[in-house]
Amino acid sequence: MKKWDLTVNVAGVKFPNPVIAASGVYGFGEYYTDLYPPSLMGGISCKGLTINKRVGNPPPRVAETPAGMLNSVGLQNPGIDVFIKTHLPRLKKEANVIIANIAGDTPQDYAEIACRLDETDVDMLELNISCPNVKKGGAAWGISTEGASLVTKTVRAVTKKPLMVKLTPNVTDITEIAKAVENEGADAVSLINTLLGMRIDIKTRRPILHRNVGGLSGPAVFPIAVRMVWQVANAVNIDVVGMGGINSAEDAVEMMLAGAKAVQIGTAIISDPLAPLKIIGGLEHYMDINGMKRIAEISGTVRPH
Amino acid sequence: MPYRCGSYHIIEKTAISAGVYSYMILCPEVAAEARPGQFVHIKVEGFTLRRPISICDIDRKNGWVRIVFEIRGHGTAKLTDANVGDSIDMIAPLGNGFTIPEDITPSRRIVTVGGGIGIPPLLGVAKVFREKSTAILGFRSYDKVILANDFKQNDARVITCTDDGSVGFKGSVILPFESELAQNDVDMVYACGPEPMLAAIIEICKKARINCEVSLEQRMGCGVGACAVCACEIARQNGTDASGSCNNMLMVCKDGPVFKGEEVVL
Repeated sequence: MKKWDLTVNVAGVKFPNPVIAASGVYGFGEYYTDLYPPSLMGGISCKGLTINKRVGNPPPRVAETPAGMLNSVGLQNPGIDVFIKTHLPRLKKEANVIIANIAGDTPQDYAEIACRLDETDVDMLELNISCPNVKKGGAAWGISTEGASLVTKTVRAVTKKPLMVKLTPNVTDITEIAKAVENEGADAVSLINTLLGMRIDIKTRRPILHRNVGGLSGPAVFPIAVRMVWQVANAVNIDVVGMGGINSAEDAVEMMLAGAKAVQIGTAIISDPLAPLKIIGGLEHYMDINGMKRIAEISGTVRPH
Repeated sequence: MPYRCGSYHIIEKTAISAGVYSYMILCPEVAAEARPGQFVHIKVEGFTLRRPISICDIDRKNGWVRIVFEIRGHGTAKLTDANVGDSIDMIAPLGNGFTIPEDITPSRRIVTVGGGIGIPPLLGVAKVFREKSTAILGFRSYDKVILANDFKQNDARVITCTDDGSVGFKGSVILPFESELAQNDVDMVYACGPEPMLAAIIEICKKARINCEVSLEQRMGCGVGACAVCACEIARQNGTDASGSCNNMLMVCKDGPVFKGEEVVL
């Protein structure tokens, strides 16, 4: 029996701990096995999947920023069938909760992928209606209540899997989008995806990213993420998974206090592949010094002024 | 090939020209696995992205690797604050190194062609082939010359080129490279440097039907293939990318940084 209970429950799915690799920084769990087994993390949100293979955007796809980075990958992935055939069987053996992050140009694309995943070992779906780096689909669906509702409703109709919707912060009021997807049957929301940003090389006067703009992530966005998680957690009754610039166990605690049931770690893994383990260890330490038994107790217990 | 992530001590630091530094890093388990052309990925305090720096030299017996890098921006400038005795947080060794043929015909040679800060990863290759190697090294001017003596100490024949003619051949590496190919039986060419230089080398090697490998550079994220930002277009069927099976967008960090010349789309 472990001294601390790190288990959390999101949308009816039990995670052994609240630390999840965010989509896009962990592939399908194959790249960091030299350092530690993916099973040490609560779960993995896989690289965003589309029906067909996508080659992504031309480079450069990354630019550094103060306390963060911009990325413009553009959903490079091998397509849903390759994932199911090649990656999922291995991942099933190595990981705890497997979250499939899915994206499409149309609501029917999302539904098609959800259908193909319905009889697989994937534990949960994460609808990516918030990718800022593709022309069609992606964030286009996530920036209006109508679009978000339509995608959620269409997928809900075809899947029994727990359904989480990943929200974009690039909207006027994120709680409206969260409420809209809740109304259409989403079991959880995850937030925030990246904030749209830009860097320019002052010598060449050219944007650093080939696609000119990209998604900002890292510690720079953390306070925005905490604020939005807090607002959304107060606006909906479904579970909230928090992400955006979490870099330490203290950050993870802060995000959970704001209302997150679990957290996803993205950019911190790019900086330090061991970040998830350090955060899990730090959470145990936090529970130890605060005489706590269950980490799940802290979710949403911020005491606002 | 396994990589490590850890803190390693700097055992020697040298400024080898204006803004160019050489560090020897004690890391026996990295040195034991590292090959010429691979790189280390260094965390610089206060910066989100690690800095990929190619491995210049490897000493398995004494357990160190050497890196040579140029101050390019705030991150690499900050990295030069580290002194002997300080430790460096790095992931290493990463990427695929140069192909080193088991044996080359005694009468034949290999050629390394480097431009500026692209030169360091080639030293490890020259060290393998010693007197059978020719190093053609290009710089802007005499004060930018680096590592020429290191190549000489490893018995390579060195041809130094400068854009302004302040030392060695006046002009780019291309003419000396072509005359080297014309005068010798060359088995293999290894190149690293600016893209126009690489494009010219690749073209010449294609025409001459000589095997050529080039080391590419791209803005990088994780360094291990997971984040898919350091994409490069590669003409290869059945390649693998960050997520499994895309043909043409490969990752410099995981699929490279060394690629076969004829595959590279520049």
